[in-house]
Amino acid sequence: MTPLLKVENISKFYGNRIGCENVNFDLYSGEVMGIVGESGSGKSTLLNCLAGFLTPETGEVRFEMRDGEMRDTVTMSEPERRMLSRTDWAFVHQHARDGLRMNVSAGGNVGERLMAVGARHYGNIRAEAVDWLGRVEISEERVDDRPTQFSGGMQQRLQIARNLVTGPRLVFMDEPTGGLDVSVQARLLDLLRGLVREMGLSAIIVTHDLAVVRLLADRLMVMKDGHVVETGLTDQVLDDPQHAYTQLLVSSVLQV
Amino acid sequence: MSDYNFAYLDEQTKRMIRRAILKGLAIPGYQVPFASREMPMPYGWGTGGVQVSAATLTPDDTFKVIDQGADDTTNAVSIRKFFEKTAGVATTEEASAASVIQTRHRIPEDELREDQILVYQVPIPEPLRFLEPSEVETRKMHSLEEYGLMHVKLYEDIAKHGAIATSYAYPVKVEGRYVMDPSPIPKFDNPKMEMAGIQLFGAGREQRIYALPPYCQVVSLDFEDFPFEASKADHACDMCGATDSYLDEVIMDDAGNRMFVCSDTDYCASRRKAGHVGAQGTPFEETAA
Amino acid sequence: MIEIRNLSKTFTLHNQGGAVIPVMHGAELVVAPGECVALTGASGAGKSTLMRMIYGNYLAAGGSIVVDGVDVVQSEPREILALRRDVLGYVSQFLRVVPRVPTVDVVAEPLLAVGAESEAARAKARELLARLNIPERLWSLSPTSFSGGEQQRVNIARGFAHDYPAMLLDEPTASLDATNRETVLNLIEEAKARGAAIVGIFHDEAARARVCDHEIDVSIYTPGLTAGAA
Ligand SMILES: Nc1ncnc2c1ncn2[C@@H]1O[C@H](COP(=O)(O)OP(=O)(O)OP(=O)(O)O)[C@@H](O)[C@H]1O
Ligand SMILES: [Mg+2]
Ligand SMILES: [Zn+2]
Repeated sequence: MTPLLKVENISKFYGNRIGCENVNFDLYSGEVMGIVGESGSGKSTLLNCLAGFLTPETGEVRFEMRDGEMRDTVTMSEPERRMLSRTDWAFVHQHARDGLRMNVSAGGNVGERLMAVGARHYGNIRAEAVDWLGRVEISEERVDDRPTQFSGGMQQRLQIARNLVTGPRLVFMDEPTGGLDVSVQARLLDLLRGLVREMGLSAIIVTHDLAVVRLLADRLMVMKDGHVVETGLTDQVLDDPQHAYTQLLVSSVLQV
Repeated sequence: MSDYNFAYLDEQTKRMIRRAILKGLAIPGYQVPFASREMPMPYGWGTGGVQVSAATLTPDDTFKVIDQGADDTTNAVSIRKFFEKTAGVATTEEASAASVIQTRHRIPEDELREDQILVYQVPIPEPLRFLEPSEVETRKMHSLEEYGLMHVKLYEDIAKHGAIATSYAYPVKVEGRYVMDPSPIPKFDNPKMEMAGIQLFGAGREQRIYALPPYCQVVSLDFEDFPFEASKADHACDMCGATDSYLDEVIMDDAGNRMFVCSDTDYCASRRKAGHVGAQGTPFEETAA
Repeated sequence: MIEIRNLSKTFTLHNQGGAVIPVMHGAELVVAPGECVALTGASGAGKSTLMRMIYGNYLAAGGSIVVDGVDVVQSEPREILALRRDVLGYVSQFLRVVPRVPTVDVVAEPLLAVGAESEAARAKARELLARLNIPERLWSLSPTSFSGGEQQRVNIARGFAHDYPAMLLDEPTASLDATNRETVLNLIEEAKARGAAIVGIFHDEAARARVCDHEIDVSIYTPGLTAGAA
């Protein structure tokens, strides 16, 4: 079995400051990996390097293309990488307004990726948008409303629908439940769990909420000061942390 | 006339504009940046079109200007006078007699020939602008042919109005490559863009020139289940009886009586000269000025 | 089915002056299919620690834990996850509840994970919930709000939904009434009869005597402790 994503030696610096350094891991199809760490530990930097929003100084991010070939997405041409972002990859932003078109209806937001890959039948696009809104528990009546009229949790669910409609194979999420209140978070997490299993998604989730990774992630990567300090099975890392920093992190969170 | 260089602009500037035009013709639908000059008229009054006309005109040309189909609006008249004065070229109101036609918001009803050039005044050349405010991003979208967003706009139209409500500046795809704003012509005119003449588009404020060489493929964007329709008022011209021309609706009096007349004044007049009379029309001689 | 050799475990408490606490040394255990082995020993002897190491929840310091040919000590997370999904079941003392998921789906999930058809999985889940006397009106609710005893029974139902070839049971009969205790013991006997290899912790001696084929006192592997000492 070959990995879906092979990350080798990724480093990113901001001047002489370390964003992240020497990160290595393999992600296999269907795996969900959480990245945790305190504020400033390099989680988002790493995620943005993986998703092609930042160019790392060193390293390769090799992705298994649909033809089975492993390609380095850092050095591939921009059109190819953007095509990946619209088809095989998805990115769920912490702030819905970074991931949604706020002046376009919910249906248009979900339909955009379909149209971007050539869908040209309005009725089908709309039906698919409605279906996806349903899957993220947004009622059909809201299909023509703009995201500005949605609550934070709904905006986040809309963002997920917009991203998953093209059946991506890899989803990047940066604090997908950040800023939402606990019951809304729970609903979103439950939804994500269901979708991950149903669609066999692979995902990389950045968060500093250990409860979120406990529920969603198979594997965990702990970062500190731009470095990976510990990796392993999620429950193992949380229940039997090996690194001093992870122990501190886990003990400072009372109930996870 | 000797007070000005031919057609107002200096030769250097005209060369620069011609290079942009040639590049535009070589890459149909692609927006070529150019260094727009100050013209003795404000932006929004066709400075882009005027600069393109200035770079295109030769002393032997016959020039026509139309503004929303009419030759006699203040804007059309002043641009025509401008070139009469600065280039000394012959002018005409007859589409078939003109070699260069500068237009705002219409394409003449008569089919253009291979020896004719149509120059459009363009306010906003970027068709993606309404949904994507970033110029950097729209340029990237063009270069990578990422045009999904264009259909999002049409999708929103249908979702809101039950049909594609965009009735002018209706986006087109040129030669299967660049998505282009046809300037605010009514969508009725879109099919005419596949023509024998050369079409040049100038945006002064936005400093962009783009072009369509003769017989270029120009496809109006649509959905399979909401196909593009080159619609017009379902009426005949009340003056000349034409059923195939784009019509303006004119309110005649306080009682709200209306009349539909050809927006292309030259077309209407020549039909009436040829003896056609519409429902509210009178024989030609009496109304001719 | 389960074969443990020379297993050791230490905890290093980095935030308490780096104290290194050895908790297990040289542990050995073999469980054949159809066999149930009880872990015994005083509180703190390391019964749960051993069980958690078998499950991959705690990291071993040395040795090997081979379950169905997979060495848990050496395996990648995804290999352990596959083992947990297909081969190795675990009924822990507490149900870790996922918010909002109805009880019937909580129980059916292990079956869905191995690709069972959704209706068949739910039918099996309902059957187990009924056997464990969870009132039917609760099946469509999330177990979050259930009593401790109800949660425990949901946990057991979930643990027995899929016919795992190997199972870990951490006090499965604790705090159950006689009827439900009997049901759980029957479930264990049925699992053994179909060939499951089981490792269990039972404080209930009668239960242990009834379902277990061997006992192993883990105190003998506890550094600084001898068997039987408190
Ligand atoms: N644009 C930037 N310019 C300079 N330094 C940056 C920039 N972005 C991040 N850093 C630095 O890089 C390090 C890693 O930051 P990063 O944002 O990746 O952390 P994070 O783990 O995502 O944090 P949080 O949990 O707050 O989102 C920090 O030292 C941070 O200050
Ligand atoms: Mg971050
Ligand atoms: Zn007419």
